[in-house]
Amino acid sequence: MADDKAGLLERVRESVTTAPSKMRKSQFWESVFRPGSPFRAGYTDSPRGRSYVIMNNVLYHLHPVKVKRHGVRLSYTLCLGGLSFFLFIVLTITGIFLMFYYTPSEERAYADIEALATSVTFGTLIRNMHRWGAHLMVLTVFLHMSRVFYHGAYKPPREFNWIIGVVLLLLTLLLSFTGYLLPWDQLALWAITVGSNMGAFAPVIGNQVSYVLLAGVQISGATLLRFYVLHVLFLPFVIVIFMAVHFWRVRKDGGISGPL
Amino acid sequence: MEELIAQAAAATGYPASMVERSAAARAKAEGTTIEAVLAGWAGVEVPAAGAPAPAPAQAPAASAAPAGASMSLDDLASAAAEKSGMPAKLLMRSATAKAKAQGVAVEAVLAEMAGVPVPTIGAPAAAAPATAAAPAAAAAPAMAPAPEGVRTQRLLTVVKSKAIQQVKTEPVDKVNTWPHLVAAEFVALMAMTAFLLVLSVIINAPLLEAANFNLTPNPSKAPWYFLGLQELLSYFDPQIAGVLIPGLIGLVGLGAIPYIDRNPATRPSERKFAIMMFTFFLMGAATLGIIGSFFRGPGFNFTYPWTDGVFFDDLLDWLE
Repeated sequence: MADDKAGLLERVRESVTTAPSKMRKSQFWESVFRPGSPFRAGYTDSPRGRSYVIMNNVLYHLHPVKVKRHGVRLSYTLCLGGLSFFLFIVLTITGIFLMFYYTPSEERAYADIEALATSVTFGTLIRNMHRWGAHLMVLTVFLHMSRVFYHGAYKPPREFNWIIGVVLLLLTLLLSFTGYLLPWDQLALWAITVGSNMGAFAPVIGNQVSYVLLAGVQISGATLLRFYVLHVLFLPFVIVIFMAVHFWRVRKDGGISGPL
Repeated sequence: MEELIAQAAAATGYPASMVERSAAARAKAEGTTIEAVLAGWAGVEVPAAGAPAPAPAQAPAASAAPAGASMSLDDLASAAAEKSGMPAKLLMRSATAKAKAQGVAVEAVLAEMAGVPVPTIGAPAAAAPATAAAPAAAAAPAMAPAPEGVRTQRLLTVVKSKAIQQVKTEPVDKVNTWPHLVAAEFVALMAMTAFLLVLSVIINAPLLEAANFNLTPNPSKAPWYFLGLQELLSYFDPQIAGVLIPGLIGLVGLGAIPYIDRNPATRPSERKFAIMMFTFFLMGAATLGIIGSFFRGPGFNFTYPWTDGVFFDDLLDWLE
């Protein structure tokens, strides 16, 4: 009897200790992690293994297998481009959260934002993250551009990628600007009024562009809906396309620039 | 016919069925008979007058050529092939093209390539050792020029020079992306997440009273990244401060930098002017932005933040 018990314990212990390695060899596990993945059985930390980690990974769309040694130094890029992209992802996630609780109408917008603080779990935190993340993204994009300039990283063959970068800066500003109106409080209303008045000074097309953006000659409930759609759908769609080309060109133009 | 196919198959080393199909296609493309094509491949006389097909088909094609006669096209091609070291087939095609382009006979071009006198009637046949090019000739007997409109080549692939030549390049010091770059990025993302979380816990996003069209706050300020422009607007005409400077300098000028700055250097010490100009504009924009954000009060008049307070609602929660 006692032997049986000990044997059972032994079997349980054995199956528990071998479970991870069995799991790593299962068909399901191997279907999830492609050959070369460090999570797969048989991964070795060798130059070949390290190459396969990237080559057989979705990251291969962003990163080459090897990068110049100086590019890894944090002080060279400060990760500013990557952080801008990361903030964009954070803003997308927090933005989707906020969309569940927000109605872009004159009557309900302000009340919905107020309700974030009173009746939504983590509502204030997520709204704060979205707002400060947006300001930070404007900053990181701007600093990234300055870093690229000071390293002369816009020089041939990277000229066109610099132009795409300027478009991305403009799109970032527009995303921030359209989002600024959505809380529909005094700050939002009058900041957008001042901002769009400046845009209306543009010759020839100024008034037309202003009319299209504001859905009328001045800000109204229709503007709120228009900015909302621009903010959550149109501009993210456009910026994602430009980002894809931007990242692709970074690779095609020879990876990170330098060393100086 | 069957016999010819068997001979051609033996001479070329391909299965009889393939030889037959290939011969049919070629005959159609060149407008000759299948028998002629097969005979050419088998290296026997074209069975024109019912002459008995001679001899072992294993004999190399070129050796079947009568040596005493004036040099045939095949002989010339083999001679040229031996001289240049290129396959006879390619030389033949090249000579055909050249002859067509220059309007001379193919024989003349080939003779020139082979370095022998242009063959005329009765010229002594140079003892061209046709066997040298025999393998090539046997595999694909010399072809007649392709008729008009028949494409005889196509692009299979583009081989980059690096793939077939040894190119001397500067060695680049590289490291594996995994783990070196990925780890650095992960740390950066975690740091940014932590910073954003702490910021969001400490400072609340501003929320003033509900929007009211009849109550204009004083001062009314644009979002902070446009405050430099708003500051400019208090100095210049809107056409200049609202259009010319942000549009022409801010966007078009910024985008045109790589095409204006033609200096290829990236070392800071070799591009002092560019760095000076960029820093000048950067500082200018920052100064305007800071003045617009913190030194402008009611009526957008100049104030000192330490005497009259800060009129910057983006950081309302933090400033209170």
